[in-house]
Parts: sequence; structure tokens; C-alpha cells
Amino acid sequence: MQEFVNTYFPNLVEKLPDFYESILQTFEMVIRSGIISLILGTLFGIILVVTKKGGILQNSVVFQIVDKVINVFRAIPFIILLTLVMPISRSIMGTAIGVDGAIVPLIFGTVPFFSRQIESALSEVSPGLIEAAESMGNSKIEIILNVYFRESIPQIARAISITIISLIGLTAMAGAVGAGGLGDFAIRYGHDRNETDITLATVVILVVLVSIVQLLGNLIAKKNTH
Amino acid sequence: MITLKDINKKFESEGRTVEAVKNVNLQIKDGEVFGIIGYSGAGKSTLVRCINLLERPTSGEVFLDDVELTALKASELRKERKKIGMIFQQFNLFASRTIYQNVAYPLKHSGLSKAEKKKKVEELLELVGIADKAGNYPSQLSGGQKQRVAIARALANDPKILLCDEATSALDPQTTHAILKLLKELNKKLGITVVLITHEMDVIKEICDRVAVMEDGKVVEEGDVFTVFASSQQKITRKFVDTTSNLSKIHQLLEEHAEITNIKPGECIVKFKYLVRSASEPLVSTISRQFQIDVNIIFGNVELIGSEPIGGLVSILSGKPEDIENALNYLRDKNVGVEVILDARVR
Repeated sequence: MQEFVNTYFPNLVEKLPDFYESILQTFEMVIRSGIISLILGTLFGIILVVTKKGGILQNSVVFQIVDKVINVFRAIPFIILLTLVMPISRSIMGTAIGVDGAIVPLIFGTVPFFSRQIESALSEVSPGLIEAAESMGNSKIEIILNVYFRESIPQIARAISITIISLIGLTAMAGAVGAGGLGDFAIRYGHDRNETDITLATVVILVVLVSIVQLLGNLIAKKNTH
Repeated sequence: MITLKDINKKFESEGRTVEAVKNVNLQIKDGEVFGIIGYSGAGKSTLVRCINLLERPTSGEVFLDDVELTALKASELRKERKKIGMIFQQFNLFASRTIYQNVAYPLKHSGLSKAEKKKKVEELLELVGIADKAGNYPSQLSGGQKQRVAIARALANDPKILLCDEATSALDPQTTHAILKLLKELNKKLGITVVLITHEMDVIKEICDRVAVMEDGKVVEEGDVFTVFASSQQKITRKFVDTTSNLSKIHQLLEEHAEITNIKPGECIVKFKYLVRSASEPLVSTISRQFQIDVNIIFGNVELIGSEPIGGLVSILSGKPEDIENALNYLRDKNVGVEVILDARVR
């Protein structure tokens, strides 16, 4: 095994500590921005579902605002978003570079996407179930928690795995603001110095990572589908 | 008792106003099975939702006993809603929960202990005859079984009223019959008031005490089922009644000049209808004996509503014209609806 690595990944072996650090940076970015994005995205997703026409808290003003803001941010390519939100990043995180500097743009890039995912997941809950819960004297918050969320666990699990996968993709671009991570590692060495084995190793790690996330999502979805 | 006062419900859609319910006044008494029948789009689904305010009427008042539901705050209304169970055409069970969990769901904030809840759920499942499915998920059940679970769930908070929104429309005739039987049993056993809406007159005939007929958002006819069946005032009601009887077939036979309608001179085809609860008298043999006429029954349709026979006969009468006339008058005196459909009497 050692011999195999030495033969086919000569450059990687030299930069192993760097490689490990990149992996950790990627993890750090995914976890930190992921948690916040999932919370915010869930919030906006549920706002979209309950405030839309016919929703349990119908409110077209709130709906239109959230809907349009999400559309605007989804329309901006992430690479542009990275530079666009730099001032916000600086005021919140104190810096616009490094892992800390990448968190805010990653959140801006992920929340709109996840909000839409949650919106579509929750929209699949049959209006009949909402009606049944209302007829049983459920409050709005009970309906949101016990019906909307509980009934769409499989769809939400899939939405989360898709979102995390897309987030992993975005972290690679975050390297552009010096955030580090696997993407940056691959560009710096694999591309700039033409050390192809570095690129290959990065790809392998990413493929494994993405596969695990997808697998977990599918597993949870399957376990909760009856 | 449910009292609906001047209920109106308008929907705005794409700039147009649709009046789904127009000026409906109804009283539904405790312990009765009350049916609301109408074609789709007649407003019956909206009307039934106005009872538990799933649809809030545009104007009008809804009372449950002395409580005006339409005047309650949201939190108070939620409490009152627990007194009104509801079941649906599509069952609306929670797919992510087992049968047991579905039935236990409304008991969440009931204040019962875990053991009490368990006992309650088991009793309910027993009551609707589905105790063996407690651990299954809804997707593993047939339509009829799902509706039983839905009924158990609707009964969890011991409601006084059970609203049934086309509860049997997605079921086959046999299952429909079984579910209706169950509803009637629950009505008798628990004294629960049942309000059901349907587009099938058979459902009304099978279990309802009183019925309201809806057309175009209005209640056009209302009364006890026997009276409505026997002497419908409205065209639409007669249409519904006809769907459960074959008496109207005679008109079709006449149009087609069927063999059976070729009567000889001196004969006539008559349709008799029982208008009041009197079918226990041997009317046919009485008239043929007393007036010396022959009564040839072509076809008939007599069935029971509650324990009262209802329906009628289509017959060919032959005999002397004055005897036939006297016989018909005798029947009219007995409150039998007499309609001479084809007359070849020699005068």
C-alpha cells in the first residue's frame, strides 16, 4: 500500500500534512456553514409553505418578499456572491478571507437553495392531512411540527443530503477567497503546478465524501418511508 | 345540537366571486344521522366545513349547542373542535405513523396518562373492528380499513358530533355498506350525532334519519328521509330518488315501445307510489277483489327506509272503466300516489 502510494502519488506524499489540513478545512466549512444554512433554510422553507396562498398562515406580503429574495440570491453565481458579500462577511466575521471569511458567502449560497428544497419537500404533504389536523384542534405550530415536518422526513433527509453535497462543491470555490479546503488544495498544486496526482487524490476524497452523504440521506429516507 | 344561521360562503378566485354556500339555515339535532346530498359543486363540502370552521363562513353564525363557534377566539375554537370529529373521503391518515399512533395522535394534550391512552386507543381500535392492525402503517391497509382507523381517530376525544365528508365515496359498494353499518352502530351505541355528505342517495337511504338536498349552494329541500323519498318536492330530489329505484324505467320503456307497454283497449298502465307509511295494507289484492279489476304488476320497487316500506309498483289494470276509476280513487284516498302513465280505457 505504502509502495503504491509512493509510486502513483509522489507529490501527495510530500504534502500529506497540507492535504490533511485541507480535508479538515473542508469539513470545518461544511459543518459550520451547513448547520447555520440548514436552520435558516428550514425557517425560510416553512415560511414559504405556510404563507403562500392557501397556507395555514397565508400572508402574501411575507411570501412575496421571501420568495423574491431567494430568487435573487439563487440567480447570482456563487463566484460573484463570494466577492459581493465580502463587506457583510467582514462586519459579521471580522474577516473576508480564510475559513472564517468563507462561512458567510457559503451561507448566502446555500440557504436559498435549501429553502427551495424544504419548500418542495413540505409542499408534498397532502392538504387533507393539514385539514385533518386542524379538525382535531391542532394549533399552527403543532401542524408545522407534527404534520409538515413529521410527514416529510424522507423528503427532508434527501433535501439535506443534496444540499450538503452542493455545499461541498461550493467550498471548493471558496478557495478563491483563500479559504483553503480541498478545492483550493487541488487548484494550488494539482492545477497550478501540474501535479495531477494531487487533483486525483482530491477527487477521490470528494467522491467518497459525497457518496457517504448521499448514502446516509437515502438510508434515513428509506427508514422513514412507510 | 348544531345550528347554522344564514350561512354564506364566497370564494374569490381570479377576480371572480364564487358563492359556494347561499343562505343556509339548518338545525341538526343531537343523536340523529343527518345527510346532506348534492352533486359535486353543490357546496356540500364547503357547508360541512363551515360546521367546524375549517371554512369560515363569509357571513352567518354557527352554534354548537349554545356556543357560537363563529364568535370564538382561535384557542377556544380549537378546544371546541375536539368535540367535533371528522373523517374524509381520502382518509387523511398520517403515513409516517402506525395505526396505533394515528389513533393516539389526537390524545396528545388530553392529559391522560400513558396507560390510559393505551387503553383508550385499544378500545377505539376494538370498537371499529381493527385491533389486529395496531402496529401496521396506513399503506398496508385497504381503503375500508383505513376509514375505520380514521373513524377511531376521529372518536379519540369522545366528540359529540362526527362529520363525514364523502366518507364512503372512495370505497367499493360492499365496503361502503360495512362502513355505513359501523357509523350507524356508533350512532346508536355512543349517541354521537353523525353529519354526512354524499352524492349517493343509497347512502342517505341506508343510514340517515333526516336529509337536506343541496343544489347550487342552497338547501332546496329538507326533511325526514321517508318523506323526502316518498314525496320529493324538487326536481333535483326526484332525480336523486330515481337513482335508487327502477320505477322511472317505465318512461324509458314507453319511449322504446317495449313489448310490455303494448296494452289492449280497456287497459291502462298506472304507477302507484307509497307516499305515507301505509304499505302494510294489502292494497293490490283489495282493489282487485273489491273492484273486480285485474292488476298485472309489470315491475315494482319496494324497500325499507328504517322499518318503513317505500317505493311503488307499475301495473297494468284491466276491467270496466268505471271500476278502474273507482279503484284509483280508493287508492288516492289511501294516500297512494297514482299516476296513469298510458291510458287505453274505453269510455
